[in-house]
Amino acid sequence: MGEFLLVTIQVDMHDQLALTLQDDLAERIRKTSARGVLIDISALEIVDSFIGRMISTISGLSTIMDARTVLVGMQPAVAITLVELGLTLPGVATALNVERGMALLRDRVRET
Amino acid sequence: MAALQQRTIEAITTNEAALLARWGEGLESSGATRDARIGADELSRQTRDFLRMFVAASTTGDAGSVAGKDWADARSFLDGLSRSRALQGFDSQHTANFIFSLKRPLFEELQRAYADAPAQLSDQLVAISDLLDALGMHTVRAFQKTREDIINRQQEELLELSTPVVKLWDGVLALPMIGTLDSQRTQVVMESLLQRIVETGSEIAIIDITGVPTVDTLVAQHLLKTVTAIRLMGADCIISGVRPQIAQTIVHLGLDLQGIVTKANLADALALALKRLNLTVGKAA
Repeated sequence: MGEFLLVTIQVDMHDQLALTLQDDLAERIRKTSARGVLIDISALEIVDSFIGRMISTISGLSTIMDARTVLVGMQPAVAITLVELGLTLPGVATALNVERGMALLRDRVRET
Repeated sequence: MAALQQRTIEAITTNEAALLARWGEGLESSGATRDARIGADELSRQTRDFLRMFVAASTTGDAGSVAGKDWADARSFLDGLSRSRALQGFDSQHTANFIFSLKRPLFEELQRAYADAPAQLSDQLVAISDLLDALGMHTVRAFQKTREDIINRQQEELLELSTPVVKLWDGVLALPMIGTLDSQRTQVVMESLLQRIVETGSEIAIIDITGVPTVDTLVAQHLLKTVTAIRLMGADCIISGVRPQIAQTIVHLGLDLQGIVTKANLADALALALKRLNLTVGKAA
């Protein structure tokens, strides 16, 4: 994806795997100097508070590393749970699907 | 112990026709027969059936206990009667009157039958009175229950009716809300709106609250949650139909709308949505 990274999150993530993912992502951003990260969560149908926090952490992480982040494919049940849990996603834009997400990401990266 | 003495039962069964006629007159004078919803034939059939059940049950049943199994037939007859009266739109007075107007004819009959035995007369009068009172109460209870069932069903229907999500344009959904917003309704509404956003890929949702009478902090909280969820998913929300009173309430309560755009009516909201989508509306050449 050139200067963009694509992260796909699936349901069967447990603690260790999530931490590994966070480390991997940070390392990848550094190595490739990625300017944008697209996180696809369309496979996630339900979330618990753990996954919710994980999404929030990963989003925050890439933003801090100066990569614009766009989250795509959030399902209604996931959105409701995140709202109930009070988890906002600071500095993260969201889009309905990958196409719109990519367009948004390009715009944001171009701005900086 | 049987509810009524043998002499009473005989007096009733022997004079059944006369009793039914006098009962019928009583119902007529109270206006029960003038109503076109119940035919005269049907009414006289109901009176006859009930009197026979009454007699059958009181031969064996216990005086004070209309709840016992001897009275089961009579009770379910009255349940059916109340229910049909309630569904036809009669009030509880009319329905209970069916039972209570039987008292006078029965009392008069007993006075004739026990002319020679005043002590027994008063005993039997009390027994009949107690029985009819209990049956009357049962009838009213059954009537009330039917009314409550109707109300509950209507409430459910109202809930379903008033949360439709409509498509205004490609990429623009509208949710006209009618009535008071409570937690349950907002939940249902939120879920169906979010689902439609995903299904249609619509980027803009317009929530119209013209039909919402009041907005308090609780309602505002529900709305904000819905809008936050919409934004999390990557779409945006416009609230329309903000009436002057509601605007004042929002200001007085110091509610923070967190940058949600509000419009006075649906037309303005649609215009804004189209603008955001880079669409213009023009006259045909």
